Amino acid sequence: MEADAKPKKSGPRLCCICNQRRAVLKRPKTLEQICRECFYEVFEEEIHQVIVENQLFKPGDRIAIGASGGKDSTVLAYVLSELNRRHNYGLDLFLLSVDEGITGYRDDSLETVKRNELQYGLPLKIVSYKDLYGWTMDEIVKMIGLKNNCTFCGVFRRQALDRGAALLKVDKVATGHNADDIAETVLLNILRGDIARLSRCTSITTGEDGPIPRCKPFKYTYEKEIVMYAYFKKLDYFSTECIYSPNAYRGFAREFIKDLERIRPRAILDIITSGENFRISTSTKMPEQGTCERCGYISSQKWCKACVLLEGLNRGLPKLGIGRSRGLNNDIKKDTKQGGGTKSIESKQCGSLDF
Amino acid sequence: MQLTLEFGGGLELLCESVKVHNVNIDLPKGADKLTMRYLLSWVRTDLIKERPEMFMKGESVRPGVLVLVNDCDWELTGQLDTTLEEKDVVVFISTLHGG
Repeated sequence: MEADAKPKKSGPRLCCICNQRRAVLKRPKTLEQICRECFYEVFEEEIHQVIVENQLFKPGDRIAIGASGGKDSTVLAYVLSELNRRHNYGLDLFLLSVDEGITGYRDDSLETVKRNELQYGLPLKIVSYKDLYGWTMDEIVKMIGLKNNCTFCGVFRRQALDRGAALLKVDKVATGHNADDIAETVLLNILRGDIARLSRCTSITTGEDGPIPRCKPFKYTYEKEIVMYAYFKKLDYFSTECIYSPNAYRGFAREFIKDLERIRPRAILDIITSGENFRISTSTKMPEQGTCERCGYISSQKWCKACVLLEGLNRGLPKLGIGRSRGLNNDIKKDTKQGGGTKSIESKQCGSLDF
Repeated sequence: MQLTLEFGGGLELLCESVKVHNVNIDLPKGADKLTMRYLLSWVRTDLIKERPEMFMKGESVRPGVLVLVNDCDWELTGQLDTTLEEKDVVVFISTLHGG
Protein backbone atom coordinates (compact mmCIF):
# COMPACT_ATOMS: atom_id res chain seq x y z
CA MET A 1 0.00 0.00 0.00
CA GLU A 2 1.31 3.47 -0.83
CA ALA A 3 -0.10 4.92 2.33
CA ASP A 4 2.12 2.62 4.37
CA ALA A 5 5.25 3.97 2.76
CA LYS A 6 4.84 7.21 4.64
CA PRO A 7 5.50 7.25 8.33
CA LYS A 8 2.52 8.06 10.47
CA LYS A 9 3.83 11.35 11.68
CA SER A 10 4.39 12.90 8.29
CA GLY A 11 1.27 11.27 6.93
CA PRO A 12 -1.48 12.95 5.01
CA ARG A 13 -3.33 14.53 7.91
CA LEU A 14 -4.43 17.77 6.36
CA CYS A 15 -5.44 20.98 8.04
CA CYS A 16 -9.19 20.88 8.58
CA ILE A 17 -9.48 24.57 7.78
CA CYS A 18 -7.57 24.96 4.50
CA ASN A 19 -7.51 21.29 3.54
CA GLN A 20 -4.18 21.87 1.82
CA ARG A 21 -1.32 21.96 4.24
CA ARG A 22 -0.15 19.44 6.79
CA ALA A 23 -1.74 19.81 10.23
CA VAL A 24 0.79 20.58 12.95
CA LEU A 25 -1.40 21.31 15.96
CA LYS A 26 -4.45 19.98 17.70
CA ARG A 27 -6.41 22.87 19.15
CA PRO A 28 -7.40 22.22 22.77
CA LYS A 29 -10.43 24.46 22.44
CA THR A 30 -12.00 22.73 19.45
CA LEU A 31 -9.89 19.59 18.90
CA GLU A 32 -9.43 20.76 15.30
CA GLN A 33 -6.24 19.73 13.52
CA ILE A 34 -4.77 22.71 11.80
CA CYS A 35 -1.68 23.84 9.91
CA ARG A 36 0.73 26.51 11.02
CA GLU A 37 -0.61 29.27 8.76
CA CYS A 38 -4.25 28.66 9.71
CA PHE A 39 -3.20 28.50 13.36
CA TYR A 40 -1.65 31.97 13.22
CA GLU A 41 -4.81 33.24 11.59
CA VAL A 42 -7.37 31.76 14.00
CA PHE A 43 -5.21 32.53 17.03
CA GLU A 44 -4.86 36.21 16.15
CA GLU A 45 -8.41 36.55 14.85
CA GLU A 46 -9.95 35.11 18.02
CA ILE A 47 -8.02 37.58 20.15
CA HIS A 48 -9.12 40.39 17.85
CA GLN A 49 -12.74 39.28 18.27
CA VAL A 50 -12.39 39.20 22.07
CA ILE A 51 -10.94 42.73 21.98
CA VAL A 52 -13.74 44.03 19.75
CA GLU A 53 -16.65 42.25 21.43
CA ASN A 54 -15.58 43.32 24.90
CA GLN A 55 -14.55 46.82 23.79
CA LEU A 56 -11.24 46.45 25.56
CA PHE A 57 -9.70 49.49 23.86
CA LYS A 58 -10.79 52.82 22.40
CA PRO A 59 -9.05 54.63 19.56
CA GLY A 60 -6.35 56.89 20.95
CA ASP A 61 -5.96 54.88 24.16
CA ARG A 62 -2.53 54.66 25.74
CA ILE A 63 -2.09 51.03 26.79
CA ALA A 64 0.63 49.54 28.98
CA ILE A 65 1.35 45.87 28.48
CA GLY A 66 2.44 44.31 31.77
CA ALA A 67 5.65 42.68 30.55
CA SER A 68 7.58 40.12 32.56
CA GLY A 69 9.61 38.71 29.70
CA GLY A 70 7.73 35.41 30.06
CA LYS A 71 5.75 33.62 27.36
CA ASP A 72 2.34 35.20 27.94
CA SER A 73 3.34 38.82 28.05
CA THR A 74 5.81 38.38 25.21
CA VAL A 75 3.13 36.88 22.96
CA LEU A 76 0.70 39.57 24.12
CA ALA A 77 3.12 42.35 23.19
CA TYR A 78 3.72 40.76 19.79
CA VAL A 79 0.07 40.07 18.98
CA LEU A 80 -1.21 43.43 20.25
CA SER A 81 1.27 45.40 18.20
CA GLU A 82 0.38 43.23 15.19
CA LEU A 83 -3.39 43.69 15.64
CA ASN A 84 -2.99 47.39 16.37
CA ARG A 85 -1.33 47.80 12.98
CA ARG A 86 -3.58 45.43 11.07
CA HIS A 87 -6.92 46.69 12.37
CA ASN A 88 -5.98 50.31 13.03
CA TYR A 89 -6.89 50.24 16.71
CA GLY A 90 -5.12 53.57 17.05
CA LEU A 91 -3.41 52.56 20.30
CA ASP A 92 -0.20 53.87 21.80
CA LEU A 93 1.38 50.73 23.23
CA PHE A 94 4.00 50.61 25.98
CA LEU A 95 5.81 47.85 27.82
CA LEU A 96 5.65 48.14 31.60
CA SER A 97 7.89 45.95 33.74
CA VAL A 98 8.36 45.60 37.45
CA ASP A 99 11.83 44.98 38.81
CA GLU A 100 11.34 43.14 42.08
CA GLY A 101 15.08 43.04 42.67
CA ILE A 102 15.63 39.29 42.44
CA THR A 103 19.17 38.56 41.33
CA GLY A 104 19.49 35.70 38.88
CA TYR A 105 15.82 35.84 37.96
CA ARG A 106 14.31 39.22 37.31
CA ASP A 107 17.52 40.79 36.11
CA ASP A 108 17.69 38.09 33.41
CA SER A 109 14.04 38.34 32.44
CA LEU A 110 14.32 42.13 32.20
CA GLU A 111 17.04 41.63 29.61
CA THR A 112 14.41 39.77 27.56
CA VAL A 113 11.98 42.67 27.94
CA LYS A 114 14.69 45.08 26.81
CA ARG A 115 15.18 42.99 23.68
CA ASN A 116 11.39 42.97 23.14
CA GLU A 117 11.46 46.77 23.35
CA LEU A 118 13.73 46.85 20.30
CA GLN A 119 12.12 43.91 18.48
CA TYR A 120 8.60 45.30 18.66
CA GLY A 121 9.47 48.99 18.79
CA LEU A 122 7.51 49.57 22.00
CA PRO A 123 8.79 52.03 24.60
CA LEU A 124 9.65 50.33 27.91
CA LYS A 125 9.19 51.62 31.45
CA ILE A 126 10.66 49.71 34.39
CA VAL A 127 9.58 50.47 37.96
CA SER A 128 11.50 48.88 40.80
CA TYR A 129 10.57 47.81 44.31
CA LYS A 130 13.76 49.48 45.48
CA ASP A 131 12.65 52.86 44.17
CA LEU A 132 9.01 52.51 45.19
CA TYR A 133 9.38 50.85 48.58
CA GLY A 134 13.05 51.10 49.49
CA TRP A 135 13.43 47.32 49.54
CA THR A 136 14.41 44.73 46.93
CA MET A 137 12.94 41.23 47.17
CA ASP A 138 16.45 39.95 47.83
CA GLU A 139 16.65 42.21 50.89
CA ILE A 140 13.14 41.26 51.99
CA VAL A 141 13.91 37.56 51.75
CA LYS A 142 17.13 38.11 53.68
CA MET A 143 15.03 39.57 56.48
CA ILE A 144 11.91 37.39 56.48
CA GLY A 145 13.14 34.12 54.99
CA LEU A 146 11.36 32.02 52.39
CA LYS A 147 8.05 31.59 54.11
CA ASN A 148 5.80 34.52 53.22
CA ASN A 149 7.91 36.21 50.60
CA CYS A 150 5.33 35.61 47.83
CA THR A 151 2.79 37.64 49.81
CA PHE A 152 5.10 40.63 49.87
CA CYS A 153 5.96 40.23 46.23
CA GLY A 154 2.34 39.84 45.09
CA VAL A 155 1.05 42.82 47.06
CA PHE A 156 3.94 45.04 46.02
CA ARG A 157 3.72 44.03 42.36
CA ARG A 158 0.06 44.93 42.11
CA GLN A 159 0.71 48.46 43.31
CA ALA A 160 3.94 48.76 41.36
CA LEU A 161 2.09 48.08 38.10
CA ASP A 162 -0.46 50.75 38.96
CA ARG A 163 2.21 53.26 39.86
CA GLY A 164 4.14 52.50 36.67
CA ALA A 165 0.94 52.87 34.69
CA ALA A 166 0.31 56.25 36.32
CA LEU A 167 3.83 57.39 35.42
CA LEU A 168 3.22 56.37 31.80
CA LYS A 169 -0.17 58.15 31.91
CA VAL A 170 -1.86 55.17 30.30
CA ASP A 171 -5.60 54.59 30.12
CA LYS A 172 -5.40 50.88 30.76
CA VAL A 173 -3.03 48.02 31.56
CA ALA A 174 -3.26 44.81 29.53
CA THR A 175 -1.93 41.67 31.19
CA GLY A 176 -1.06 38.28 29.75
CA HIS A 177 -3.31 36.17 31.99
CA ASN A 178 -4.53 33.26 29.88
CA ALA A 179 -7.49 30.89 30.11
CA ASP A 180 -5.52 28.35 32.16
CA ASP A 181 -4.51 31.05 34.66
CA ILE A 182 -8.08 32.22 35.06
CA ALA A 183 -9.51 28.70 35.50
CA GLU A 184 -6.82 28.11 38.10
CA THR A 185 -7.75 31.30 39.93
CA VAL A 186 -11.46 30.44 39.92
CA LEU A 187 -10.60 27.15 41.63
CA LEU A 188 -8.23 28.80 44.09
CA ASN A 189 -10.79 31.39 45.10
CA ILE A 190 -13.34 28.62 45.70
CA LEU A 191 -10.79 26.69 47.73
CA ARG A 192 -10.06 29.77 49.81
CA GLY A 193 -13.67 30.87 50.16
CA ASP A 194 -12.64 34.21 48.75
CA ILE A 195 -15.99 35.38 47.45
CA ALA A 196 -14.89 38.91 46.63
CA ARG A 197 -12.14 37.67 44.34
CA LEU A 198 -14.27 34.82 42.99
CA SER A 199 -16.82 37.31 41.77
CA ARG A 200 -14.33 39.47 39.92
CA CYS A 201 -11.59 37.08 38.80
CA THR A 202 -13.35 36.12 35.58
CA SER A 203 -14.05 39.71 34.52
CA ILE A 204 -12.15 40.54 31.37
CA THR A 205 -11.79 44.12 32.57
CA THR A 206 -11.29 44.96 36.23
CA GLY A 207 -10.70 48.06 38.32
CA GLU A 208 -12.87 50.34 36.25
CA ASP A 209 -13.80 52.17 39.43
CA GLY A 210 -10.13 52.50 40.36
CA PRO A 211 -7.40 54.70 38.90
CA ILE A 212 -6.30 52.46 36.04
CA PRO A 213 -8.43 49.59 34.72
CA ARG A 214 -6.83 46.32 33.66
CA CYS A 215 -7.84 43.93 30.95
CA LYS A 216 -6.98 40.40 29.90
CA PRO A 217 -7.10 39.94 26.12
CA PHE A 218 -5.99 36.28 26.55
CA LYS A 219 -8.91 35.41 28.82
CA TYR A 220 -10.10 32.71 26.41
CA THR A 221 -6.68 31.79 25.01
CA TYR A 222 -5.22 28.44 26.00
CA GLU A 223 -1.72 28.34 27.39
CA LYS A 224 -0.87 25.53 25.00
CA GLU A 225 -1.65 27.75 22.02
CA ILE A 226 0.30 30.68 23.45
CA VAL A 227 3.38 28.50 23.88
CA MET A 228 2.93 26.91 20.44
CA TYR A 229 2.56 30.35 18.89
CA ALA A 230 5.71 31.57 20.60
CA TYR A 231 7.54 28.43 19.48
CA PHE A 232 6.48 28.55 15.83
CA LYS A 233 7.09 32.30 15.61
CA LYS A 234 10.41 31.88 17.45
CA LEU A 235 9.53 34.67 19.86
CA ASP A 236 12.17 35.53 22.39
CA TYR A 237 10.91 34.82 25.91
CA PHE A 238 12.32 33.96 29.29
CA SER A 239 11.26 30.88 31.19
CA THR A 240 12.77 30.25 34.56
CA GLU A 241 10.84 29.75 37.72
CA CYS A 242 11.33 32.48 40.27
CA ILE A 243 14.07 31.36 42.65
CA TYR A 244 11.88 32.27 45.64
CA SER A 245 8.55 30.87 44.48
CA PRO A 246 7.20 27.86 46.29
CA ASN A 247 3.49 28.93 46.20
CA ALA A 248 2.48 25.33 46.70
CA TYR A 249 -1.26 25.84 46.92
CA ARG A 250 -1.43 27.46 43.51
CA GLY A 251 0.90 24.77 42.22
CA PHE A 252 -1.60 22.07 43.16
CA ALA A 253 -4.46 23.92 41.51
CA ARG A 254 -2.34 24.34 38.41
CA GLU A 255 -1.47 20.67 38.25
CA PHE A 256 -5.10 19.72 38.75
CA ILE A 257 -6.17 21.95 35.85
CA LYS A 258 -3.50 20.45 33.61
CA ASP A 259 -4.62 16.92 34.51
CA LEU A 260 -8.22 17.85 33.69
CA GLU A 261 -7.14 19.41 30.42
CA ARG A 262 -5.48 16.21 29.32
CA ILE A 263 -8.70 14.27 29.83
CA ARG A 264 -11.04 16.95 28.55
CA PRO A 265 -9.49 20.16 27.22
CA ARG A 266 -12.78 22.05 27.32
CA ALA A 267 -12.71 21.84 31.12
CA ILE A 268 -10.66 25.04 31.20
CA LEU A 269 -13.26 27.10 29.35
CA ASP A 270 -16.04 25.43 31.33
CA ILE A 271 -14.48 26.43 34.66
CA ILE A 272 -14.28 30.02 33.40
CA THR A 273 -17.95 29.86 32.37
CA SER A 274 -18.85 28.52 35.81
CA GLY A 275 -16.90 31.35 37.42
CA GLU A 276 -18.66 33.92 35.23
CA ASN A 277 -22.07 32.62 36.18
CA PHE A 278 -21.73 32.39 39.92
CA ARG A 279 -24.22 34.68 41.60
CA ILE A 280 -23.08 35.92 44.95
CA SER A 281 -25.90 35.88 47.49
CA THR A 282 -26.89 39.34 48.63
CA SER A 283 -26.33 38.41 52.26
CA THR A 284 -22.64 37.73 51.64
CA LYS A 285 -20.56 40.38 53.32
CA MET A 286 -18.28 42.00 50.78
CA PRO A 287 -15.29 44.23 51.52
CA GLU A 288 -15.97 47.92 51.19
CA GLN A 289 -13.67 49.78 48.88
CA GLY A 290 -11.95 52.79 50.36
CA THR A 291 -8.54 54.38 50.22
CA CYS A 292 -5.43 53.85 52.29
CA GLU A 293 -5.00 56.59 54.86
CA ARG A 294 -1.29 56.50 54.43
CA CYS A 295 -0.63 56.33 50.69
CA GLY A 296 -4.03 56.89 49.10
CA TYR A 297 -4.06 53.60 47.24
CA ILE A 298 -7.36 51.67 47.01
CA SER A 299 -7.89 49.62 50.13
CA SER A 300 -10.72 47.97 52.01
CA GLN A 301 -8.90 48.69 55.25
CA LYS A 302 -7.50 51.73 56.98
CA TRP A 303 -4.10 50.99 55.55
CA CYS A 304 -3.53 49.15 52.30
CA LYS A 305 -1.78 45.81 52.42
CA ALA A 306 1.45 47.20 50.98
CA CYS A 307 1.66 49.86 53.70
CA VAL A 308 1.02 47.27 56.43
CA LEU A 309 3.73 45.00 55.04
CA LEU A 310 6.13 47.88 54.57
CA GLU A 311 5.52 49.11 58.11
CA GLY A 312 6.38 45.62 59.33
CA LEU A 313 9.60 45.55 57.34
CA ASN A 314 10.69 49.00 58.42
CA ARG A 315 9.93 48.32 62.08
CA GLY A 316 11.65 44.97 61.99
CA LEU A 317 8.34 43.13 62.54
CA PRO A 318 8.00 41.34 59.22
CA LYS A 319 5.13 39.13 60.47
CA LEU A 320 2.91 42.20 60.46
CA GLY A 321 0.25 41.79 57.80
CA ILE A 322 0.87 38.09 57.24
CA GLY A 323 -2.09 35.75 57.50
CA ARG A 324 -5.41 36.93 58.91
CA SER A 325 -4.90 40.62 59.03
CA ARG A 326 -7.97 41.94 60.84
CA GLY A 327 -6.09 42.14 64.12
CA LEU A 328 -3.07 43.68 62.52
CA ASN A 329 -4.84 46.67 61.13
CA ASN A 330 -6.26 47.09 64.61
CA ASP A 331 -2.75 46.93 65.92
CA ILE A 332 -1.69 49.80 63.70
CA LYS A 333 -4.72 51.76 64.75
CA LYS A 334 -3.73 51.49 68.39
CA ASP A 335 -0.25 52.48 67.42
CA THR A 336 -1.27 55.54 65.53
CA LYS A 337 -3.97 56.36 68.10
CA GLN A 338 -6.74 56.26 65.57
CA GLY A 339 -9.92 54.58 66.73
CA GLY A 340 -12.81 53.22 64.72
CA GLY A 341 -13.89 49.65 64.17
CA THR A 342 -12.78 47.52 61.30
CA LYS A 343 -15.67 47.76 58.90
CA SER A 344 -15.28 44.78 56.68
CA ILE A 345 -13.61 41.49 56.06
CA GLU A 346 -10.43 41.60 54.10
CA SER A 347 -9.69 39.23 51.30
CA LYS A 348 -6.68 37.05 51.57
CA GLN A 349 -3.57 37.75 49.61
CA CYS A 350 -3.33 35.74 46.45
CA GLY A 351 0.26 34.89 45.78
CA SER A 352 1.86 36.55 42.86
CA LEU A 353 -1.01 37.01 40.44
CA ASP A 354 -2.91 40.23 40.19
CA PHE A 355 -6.56 39.38 40.42
CA MET B 1 19.32 5.87 15.96
CA GLN B 2 20.35 9.51 15.80
CA LEU B 3 17.88 11.99 17.15
CA THR B 4 17.92 15.65 18.06
CA LEU B 5 16.21 16.45 21.33
CA GLU B 6 15.38 20.01 22.35
CA PHE B 7 14.28 21.18 25.77
CA GLY B 8 12.62 24.54 26.31
CA GLY B 9 10.36 26.56 28.57
CA GLY B 10 12.57 25.80 31.57
CA LEU B 11 12.99 22.05 31.01
CA GLU B 12 16.57 22.64 29.90
CA LEU B 13 17.35 23.30 33.56
CA LEU B 14 16.80 19.60 34.20
CA CYS B 15 19.63 18.71 31.83
CA GLU B 16 22.37 21.08 32.87
CA SER B 17 20.86 24.02 31.00
CA VAL B 18 21.71 22.49 27.63
CA LYS B 19 18.82 23.02 25.24
CA VAL B 20 19.81 20.91 22.27
CA HIS B 21 21.06 17.34 22.59
CA ASN B 22 22.20 15.26 19.66
CA VAL B 23 21.84 11.72 20.89
CA ASN B 24 22.36 8.23 19.61
CA ILE B 25 19.91 5.73 20.99
CA ASP B 26 20.06 1.95 20.59
CA LEU B 27 16.80 0.25 19.80
CA PRO B 28 15.41 -1.70 22.71
CA LYS B 29 16.30 -5.43 22.59
CA GLY B 30 14.18 -7.31 20.10
CA ALA B 31 12.39 -4.20 18.87
CA ASP B 32 12.54 -2.99 15.30
CA LYS B 33 11.32 0.51 15.96
CA LEU B 34 11.71 3.26 18.49
CA THR B 35 8.59 4.75 20.04
CA MET B 36 8.09 7.92 22.02
CA ARG B 37 7.25 5.70 24.98
CA TYR B 38 10.75 4.25 24.88
CA LEU B 39 12.37 7.62 24.20
CA LEU B 40 10.75 9.13 27.28
CA SER B 41 12.04 6.42 29.56
CA TRP B 42 15.47 6.79 27.96
CA VAL B 43 15.44 10.56 28.54
CA ARG B 44 14.41 10.01 32.12
CA THR B 45 17.22 7.61 32.93
CA ASP B 46 20.00 8.74 30.60
CA LEU B 47 19.59 12.45 30.02
CA ILE B 48 17.82 14.22 32.84
CA LYS B 49 20.04 15.08 35.74
CA GLU B 50 17.56 16.33 38.30
CA ARG B 51 13.89 16.54 39.27
CA PRO B 52 12.49 14.02 36.76
CA GLU B 53 9.03 14.68 38.19
CA MET B 54 9.11 18.07 36.46
CA PHE B 55 9.29 16.21 33.16
CA MET B 56 7.42 12.92 33.58
CA LYS B 57 4.26 11.74 35.24
CA GLY B 58 3.65 8.02 34.99
CA GLU B 59 4.99 6.81 31.68
CA SER B 60 4.18 10.02 29.82
CA VAL B 61 5.26 13.64 30.06
CA ARG B 62 3.82 15.69 32.85
CA PRO B 63 0.61 17.45 31.80
CA GLY B 64 1.58 20.93 30.67
CA VAL B 65 4.68 19.74 28.82
CA LEU B 66 4.21 20.12 25.06
CA VAL B 67 5.85 17.64 22.70
CA LEU B 68 6.57 18.21 19.02
CA VAL B 69 7.95 15.60 16.67
CA ASN B 70 9.47 17.26 13.60
CA ASP B 71 7.58 20.42 14.54
CA CYS B 72 4.26 18.62 14.72
CA ASP B 73 2.16 18.39 17.90
CA TRP B 74 2.50 14.83 19.16
CA GLU B 75 -1.23 14.77 19.85
CA LEU B 76 -1.52 14.36 16.08
CA THR B 77 1.10 11.67 15.69
CA GLY B 78 -0.07 9.18 18.29
CA GLN B 79 1.60 10.50 21.47
CA LEU B 80 3.39 7.61 23.23
CA ASP B 81 2.88 5.33 20.22
CA THR B 82 4.53 7.73 17.80
CA THR B 83 7.36 5.90 16.03
CA LEU B 84 10.58 7.77 15.50
CA GLU B 85 12.90 7.67 12.53
CA GLU B 86 16.54 8.46 11.95
CA LYS B 87 17.33 12.19 12.31
CA ASP B 88 13.94 13.07 13.80
CA VAL B 89 13.76 16.19 15.94
CA VAL B 90 11.79 15.94 19.18
CA VAL B 91 11.03 19.12 21.12
CA PHE B 92 9.81 19.29 24.72
CA ILE B 93 8.50 22.62 26.01
CA SER B 94 7.17 23.23 29.48
CA THR B 95 4.22 25.60 29.73
CA LEU B 96 4.43 25.57 33.50
CA HIS B 97 6.93 28.35 34.02
CA GLY B 98 6.02 31.98 34.66
CA GLY B 99 4.00 34.28 32.46
